[in-house]
Amino acid sequence: MRRWQPKPMAAFRCEVCDYVYDEAAGEPREGFAPGTPWDDVPDEWCCPDCGVREKVDFVAVAS
Amino acid sequence: MTTTLAGRAVRSAERPDWRDGKRYLWLIGAVVPMFLFLGWGLVNLTGLGLFWWIGPIFIYVLIPLLDLAIGTDPTNPPDDIVAWLEQDRYYRWVTYAFLPLQYIAIFVGCWLLADHGGLSIVDKLGLTFTLGTLNGIAINTAHELGHKKEHLERWLSKIALAPTFYGHFFIEHNRGHHVRVATPQDPASSRLGESFWAFWPRTVAGSVRNGWTVERSRLRRTGKRTWSPRNDILNAWAMSVVLWGVLLALFGVGMLPYLAIQAIFGFSLLEAVNYLEHYGLARQRLENGRWERVSPRHSWNNNNVTTNLFLYHLQRHSDHHANPTRRYQALRHYEQSPQLPSGYAAMVLLCYVPPLWRRVMDHRVLAHYGGDVTLANISPRKRDKVLARYARAVDAEMAA
Repeated sequence: MRRWQPKPMAAFRCEVCDYVYDEAAGEPREGFAPGTPWDDVPDEWCCPDCGVREKVDFVAVAS
Repeated sequence: MTTTLAGRAVRSAERPDWRDGKRYLWLIGAVVPMFLFLGWGLVNLTGLGLFWWIGPIFIYVLIPLLDLAIGTDPTNPPDDIVAWLEQDRYYRWVTYAFLPLQYIAIFVGCWLLADHGGLSIVDKLGLTFTLGTLNGIAINTAHELGHKKEHLERWLSKIALAPTFYGHFFIEHNRGHHVRVATPQDPASSRLGESFWAFWPRTVAGSVRNGWTVERSRLRRTGKRTWSPRNDILNAWAMSVVLWGVLLALFGVGMLPYLAIQAIFGFSLLEAVNYLEHYGLARQRLENGRWERVSPRHSWNNNNVTTNLFLYHLQRHSDHHANPTRRYQALRHYEQSPQLPSGYAAMVLLCYVPPLWRRVMDHRVLAHYGGDVTLANISPRKRDKVLARYARAVDAEMAA
């Protein structure tokens, strides 16, 4: 029987200012505790550093 | 750490073959608060109380004249220099240096107002407006600092905003204005047909409201109460309460009207600059309901050297909106961005007189949109009037 495996943690980058949202680290100041998956971040959340790009504009960082 | 080390290596070993002509001129911005002392000195030298008004004289007369005399500089640092230029800490220290000078000017200014200078009421008003000018320009310093990723710089930003009670600006501007710029939802983007005097209450009230909403939703996500010391708007305002409290305790309750006048004048200067930065410019709504991305076409720019030196390249506003965390020394001029006919200082003066402003600016907005006024950000209250006045240009073109 295969044991349940947690999804690997992913990271997403703002292309304007290179801010990276790392699921493992989360962004506690913004209310996303470490381990908060990207899916749980609201769509209208914008980059906390530059405020130019919203979540949907972020690109996945190749691990 | 690696970037810093890499940066240092570049600086010492292979320093790029390019010199920043403005490098030491940026110090001019840091000495702005010293104009209070220049005014004081001139009053003593000439016996003319007029020089207490040095702040307003400086921005409304001297800078526009210097812009005319010195002119523009559209040159950009080469693309491969930008990263090197940004890591040079000298440029940060220039912005930090503004703050102690700003606070020295405030305390000396209040000391003079508290009858230590033997000033008449007109002199006191002049000094108050001079303080308002300095603290208004300090909002620009706070703006430069507040956009940065470093915690220290964001903290310094709040200190620069304390005298004008505008601490909410650094939340609303970064997380509200930059997201919604040039859309009808942004209180800080002015609309075609909207006068500065109609814009003023909308932006002043809207900025507080929007900033509060942004900060409240952040705190809700973190599970904290809105009314807590963690609230960045409340703790920024608390700095103002402390500063004003200390000034009132030292110099008397009689300071209150002067402090209020300088604060209102100071933040109104900022709002006048807000007014002219995006006048009439609009991002179009896409089919998926989102707004088109911010591009250089959504901000008014200007390359007058004098104003640019005093405002840390704020007039290179398109690049600032495209790259808000980019440091002032590296901001670039874009050919495709709409250009103002004069520097921000002269344009601020113009915006106080709406008929003149419309005469100078409305046809420029129209030209920017190839004559199609419907593409502009139009004031809903003035929509019929604006369309009636400017749609004719489109009709005439169609007929031709």
